[in-house]
Amino acid sequence: MTEAITAHELRDRVKRGDISAEEATRAALDRIEAVDGRLRAFLTVTPEAALDQARAVDAARRRGDRLGPLAGVPVAVKDNFCTEGVRTTCGSRILENFVPPYSGTAVRRLAEAGAVIIGKTNMDEFAMGSSNENSGFYPARNPWDLDRVPGGSSGGSAAAVAAGEAVVAFGSDTGGSVRQPASFCGVVGLKPTYGLVSRFGLVAFASSLDQIGPLTLDVTDSALALQAVAGHDPLDSTSARYDPPDYLAAIEGDVKGLRIGIPREYFGEGTEPAVEAAVRKAIEVLVGLGAKAEECSLPHTDHALSAYYIIAPAECSANLARYDGVRYGLRAAGAEDLADMYAKTRAQGFGAEVQRRIMLGTYALSSGYYDAYYLKAQKVRTLVRQDFERAFAKYDVLVAPTSPTVAFKLGERAENPLAMYLADVCTIPVNLAGLPGLSIPCGDDGGLPIGLQLIGRALDEATLLRTAHAYERAVGFTPRLAPADPAAGKGGRA
Amino acid sequence: MPITKDEVRHVAALARLQLDEAAVERMTGQLGIILEHIARMNRLATEDVEHTSHTLPAMGNVVREDVVHRGLDRDSALANAPAREGPFFKVPKVIEDQEA
Repeated sequence: MTEAITAHELRDRVKRGDISAEEATRAALDRIEAVDGRLRAFLTVTPEAALDQARAVDAARRRGDRLGPLAGVPVAVKDNFCTEGVRTTCGSRILENFVPPYSGTAVRRLAEAGAVIIGKTNMDEFAMGSSNENSGFYPARNPWDLDRVPGGSSGGSAAAVAAGEAVVAFGSDTGGSVRQPASFCGVVGLKPTYGLVSRFGLVAFASSLDQIGPLTLDVTDSALALQAVAGHDPLDSTSARYDPPDYLAAIEGDVKGLRIGIPREYFGEGTEPAVEAAVRKAIEVLVGLGAKAEECSLPHTDHALSAYYIIAPAECSANLARYDGVRYGLRAAGAEDLADMYAKTRAQGFGAEVQRRIMLGTYALSSGYYDAYYLKAQKVRTLVRQDFERAFAKYDVLVAPTSPTVAFKLGERAENPLAMYLADVCTIPVNLAGLPGLSIPCGDDGGLPIGLQLIGRALDEATLLRTAHAYERAVGFTPRLAPADPAAGKGGRA
Repeated sequence: MPITKDEVRHVAALARLQLDEAAVERMTGQLGIILEHIARMNRLATEDVEHTSHTLPAMGNVVREDVVHRGLDRDSALANAPAREGPFFKVPKVIEDQEA
């Protein structure tokens, strides 16, 4: 792909026979060939399997079979989605050679919808990070400026869509990992309500927070991609018993009378002026369409970060206990006995950030500290939820920046884990409360994209998508591909 | 100091992570900074607040019919094993020899 084409357009062209699924797939693979050497958005590309899937779609069309809603659309999935027979590393050396014996529900549903899975995208190791620099292999780059990070942890997925290597990509969002990279790469990123999309086959990081979501070029594609994967799954016991509405129908309609809350805590110290200006301008656009907006408060926002950095590491320390060198993954050589093998394997296989989080979580759950940290954090989590409950009694949507800053340079925050954590202040509370959040492009600062975040009530993705779609139409948004070119970004913003 | 080097060594043992002295040093400093920030939440009064462990509404235990499903076959389950012997995962010796 060298010109931006959305999934809904491409699918329609495939259905009409204007382009074959095989041609569309080859175009995506060619783009990967051309730019991924410098973009590094992929950890694994599966051209043969992709072309087989594409030819199957084309054969189905020739037979006159009914084609799925994503027929012939090249889709990339983050490398923490289990894919049968295709290496799934989670961005970690400990799973460098892991080949899952099954595919997760989201991957299976995508295939049933006619999507062509073209590969597995780069990510921060076990989805822990906000820059992709924690990838155990190599960091993905931002296609608007290759010296900058694409965000994380689903940075590879965001970069792939922004640069036209995939038409749609999927990621997972535990504390902002779909929305923040979407913001940094100028694409649409949706974190659905906790429980809306099955996580069967998604490698677990923090089980009370993780949620799968799509990264797309526009809001219509976000609705289309969500529809393909949403809905109850008996294989995931945390999957909500809920029949999703028709999201494509739901995005139509206006925002007259829509009540917007603007949480003041999301414009705190460290918010770049250009980001604040773009977000406020976007709110003005919505007000111009008949929405009503006023400032509001989510007073426990700062404490959400503290609670998150206990709860997420605590859950990760339990979930990652399974990587012990016995059933799959790396096994360190030269161990004296079983316990020594565990400890050596985990020290060699996990990177610095993952080890830090395992330590933090183990500490918080250890005897003598459980009440002071873990239980306290779960109570603070209740206060964060109640902030949102009070706000949603008055407002239909909350609007804020997705990230306080635009994409930063590689290495800029690598030496300071806490600074990296603090930058997730606008996205983390949404995961703690289990709510849906959507990031859409709302401008740029010297060519670097800025993201507008919309936060909604539980299971009210429809209102988020409709509001975002109204905004897109009002500003005449047309997606364009990022150059992923060494010259891009140079001489622009200092 | 919110966390000591001895505590870091203890936690590393619980977490089955082999840390050398340099790593213990580094981890003690980094965890200290993070825990100091996290400690801010102690300013909040939470005596009367319920804890939240998940956010799904009206979620109880999830059960299913007790019927037999076909699971992974043994070879698939063993395919990723770093070492196997016949139908088993093979690990380093756990039990000491009885006689010396």
